[in-house]
Amino acid sequence: MFIEQLINGLTLGSTYALIALGYTMVYGIIQLINFAHGEIYMFGAFAGLLLVSVFGVNIFVALIGAMLFCMLLGMLIERVAYRPIRGKSSRLSALISAIGVSIFLSTLMVLLRGTNTTRYPEIIKIQTYHLGAVDLSSLQIIILAVSALLMIGLQLMIQRSRLGKAMRACSQDLDAASLMGINANRVISYTFAIGSALAAAGGVMVGIYYNAVWPYMGTMAGLKAFCAAVLGGIGSIPGAMIGGLTLGVLEILGVAYLSSSYKDAIAFGILILVLIIRPQGIMGQKITKKV
Amino acid sequence: MDALLLQHIDAYYLHIMVLIGINIILALGLNITTGVTGQLSMGHAGFMSIGAYTAAILSVQLSFPFWAALLCGTLAAAGFGFLLGLPTLRLEGDYLAMVTIGFAEIVRVFFLNFEPGGKAVGLSGITEHTTFSLVWLMAIIIIVLNVKLLNSRTGRAFYAIRENEIAAEAAGINTTRMKVLAFMVGAALAGLGGGLYAHYMTYIAPQDFNFMKSIELLNMVVLGGMGSIPGTILGTVVLTLAPEILRVVAEYRLLFYGALLVILMIFRPNGLLGDVRWYDIRKRWFSKKEVS
Amino acid sequence: MGILTMEGVSQEFGGLLALDHIRLEVEKGKIFGIIGPNGAGKTTLFNIITGIYTPTGGQVKYQDNEINGLPPYVLARRGIARTFQNIRLFNKLSVLDNVKVGCHGVTRTGFLGGLLGLPAERREEREINRRAGELLEMVELYEKRMEYAENLAYGEQRKLEIARALALNPALLLLDEPAAGMNTSEKMSLMDFIKTIRDHYNLTILLVEHDMNLVMNICEQIAVLDYGRKIADGPPEQVKNDPRVIQSYLGVEA
Repeated sequence: MFIEQLINGLTLGSTYALIALGYTMVYGIIQLINFAHGEIYMFGAFAGLLLVSVFGVNIFVALIGAMLFCMLLGMLIERVAYRPIRGKSSRLSALISAIGVSIFLSTLMVLLRGTNTTRYPEIIKIQTYHLGAVDLSSLQIIILAVSALLMIGLQLMIQRSRLGKAMRACSQDLDAASLMGINANRVISYTFAIGSALAAAGGVMVGIYYNAVWPYMGTMAGLKAFCAAVLGGIGSIPGAMIGGLTLGVLEILGVAYLSSSYKDAIAFGILILVLIIRPQGIMGQKITKKV
Repeated sequence: MDALLLQHIDAYYLHIMVLIGINIILALGLNITTGVTGQLSMGHAGFMSIGAYTAAILSVQLSFPFWAALLCGTLAAAGFGFLLGLPTLRLEGDYLAMVTIGFAEIVRVFFLNFEPGGKAVGLSGITEHTTFSLVWLMAIIIIVLNVKLLNSRTGRAFYAIRENEIAAEAAGINTTRMKVLAFMVGAALAGLGGGLYAHYMTYIAPQDFNFMKSIELLNMVVLGGMGSIPGTILGTVVLTLAPEILRVVAEYRLLFYGALLVILMIFRPNGLLGDVRWYDIRKRWFSKKEVS
Repeated sequence: MGILTMEGVSQEFGGLLALDHIRLEVEKGKIFGIIGPNGAGKTTLFNIITGIYTPTGGQVKYQDNEINGLPPYVLARRGIARTFQNIRLFNKLSVLDNVKVGCHGVTRTGFLGGLLGLPAERREEREINRRAGELLEMVELYEKRMEYAENLAYGEQRKLEIARALALNPALLLLDEPAAGMNTSEKMSLMDFIKTIRDHYNLTILLVEHDMNLVMNICEQIAVLDYGRKIADGPPEQVKNDPRVIQSYLGVEA
């Protein structure tokens, strides 16, 4: 039983991790909490839904399609709503702008699809595998596998590729990086693109897993993924992965063994505890302020 | 008094004005915490909720007189401002904002599960004690107190903390204490506003105090100009009226709202009245006069 | 005993030893200079004295009381005031308000007092106003008192910072590179100014500076830091000719 809950937790946690990665990468590079990120996740879920129900594609095509769509969406948002503010105004202004985008996007989806929940059509034959005492569904395997692949891919990209190096440089010191010839604007755009793509993947998989998509699904998922990013250490990519998985497990275990009505509060309770006890999170580093 | 007004003014407009009055109290509280002292609070609705539920439950379930219930709501909210503020105020900007969001969410989930508050269904049957005259009387008193506060030694300390916390400490300001105080004052006013709200709407539910509410209140402070009392009042009036005016476009209302926020932050990030404080007015009137 | 003494004071940041067993004694009423190459630990020293850092080793005494670990605001109230290397003004407050805030450490009106406007509070406000005005007159910024601090010229901002520090009625004043960014004539008036306020307000002044001319001219005693260690300590003439100092800091023999 416990193992099953653990797997449920890891599955949910992987989706949190995928969303958290977007938050953490953007925060690491421009110190913005992208409140609209949850909405990108939601748009990803709907994009996948569209591809599957209208064009009848399989899950993998749907994933890729949704990811591409959200890549563009993310880059567009950055260009239109964040870049004009960057460098000119305070962080609070950027934050409020992000909130504006979030409201805009969720309302847009409500106008397009209404507030009701839509179900994903059956696109995967769900098989249950029995490993000893544990029941594992093929869907969970797919989610865990896809998430793992994406995260490993991301880590490789960050560590090995030129863009990855540029992203790391920018997250350390944006000004210095641009003085070294790195096109900061471009790197920031790509950061948004990658983060959005990952969130989209999470959205599609959650949509299929829980068999539900609705316009406000991004709000709560976004806030929780944010808690996960902070838990892991905001700005740290491995941190977002660890934080997401941990939060997923804790939430599922909390529901299973404590109470289900306080499910949503678990993420925020963890958030507050982390910020009080160890604000830099699991993987973060303490920064001493220079006076 | 209200009856007299109702004879001359349409009930709808009166209703709007009551809401504006309550929102002014709420927003001025947030202005102290966030606008003046610079402690970004995105969970103001959480304190409003505590004030509303405390006052409502006391007056409905325990038959407390209105004044007592209101006072308890205010104090309860202030108490939580203290409890939340103390451990978290050494956190920097963004982190503090995160904590406040988490706090408000926890409060919301708590009341969703709180039997005496009616859980998800909410609490109805609250006696309508809040009147137009009461709200505006309190609003005016609060405005005056705010002005006094911001022109006093404590107010200056609050501003100093926002401007440069390290320099403020070096000037002898106990910044931790002041930050917690600013938090408590903001929370207290939120609690007061919440109690008034509950006894006006006669019905409250957890979703009345969700994240969106916190954002709406924050926008009132930011839109008008952070730290500025006239700015906050203006922002409150505009943002309370806007949904009503935009009722015409109903479903598109939020679309406009979202877009408006973005546009405003791009073109006028310091709010409508920027950082207009009494200075700028004083500057022009008193530039030749001796400082007393 | 000096007004400020440091015995074996060390400051470690992670693996970095910023200050290594510093021994210092500042005599009351003196203008004491601290010089050394960048990164030598001068500002760290200031931050320890003003309570921003707690030394990882050693003892700091002010007026014969140990002050290790006391928070900055307590030390400010006890009479230790400072200016900052990178000017830290309250930018969006008026010049006058900046100095009024400086009075915080020596005034008492609390939150409720401010709200109620009792006679005691109003009296204190008048006193604060008077004192702030007086300090601004002294630094010749009175005319600009209603300007936003951020709108002042650089040199004026430095003077404002000093005026704000003086509002605390300090016994010990720490000036962190007060002449940075000033031209020669400004530096000359700064030198006179420092001597004047020292005499007028009975201050002990601790000064970090890079301008050798200024330091040699007004400091009565100088300590030299290099890589966190004190390598010389004495009157200007002695320090100027100390071979270790010349080697580490002044470069080629003068």
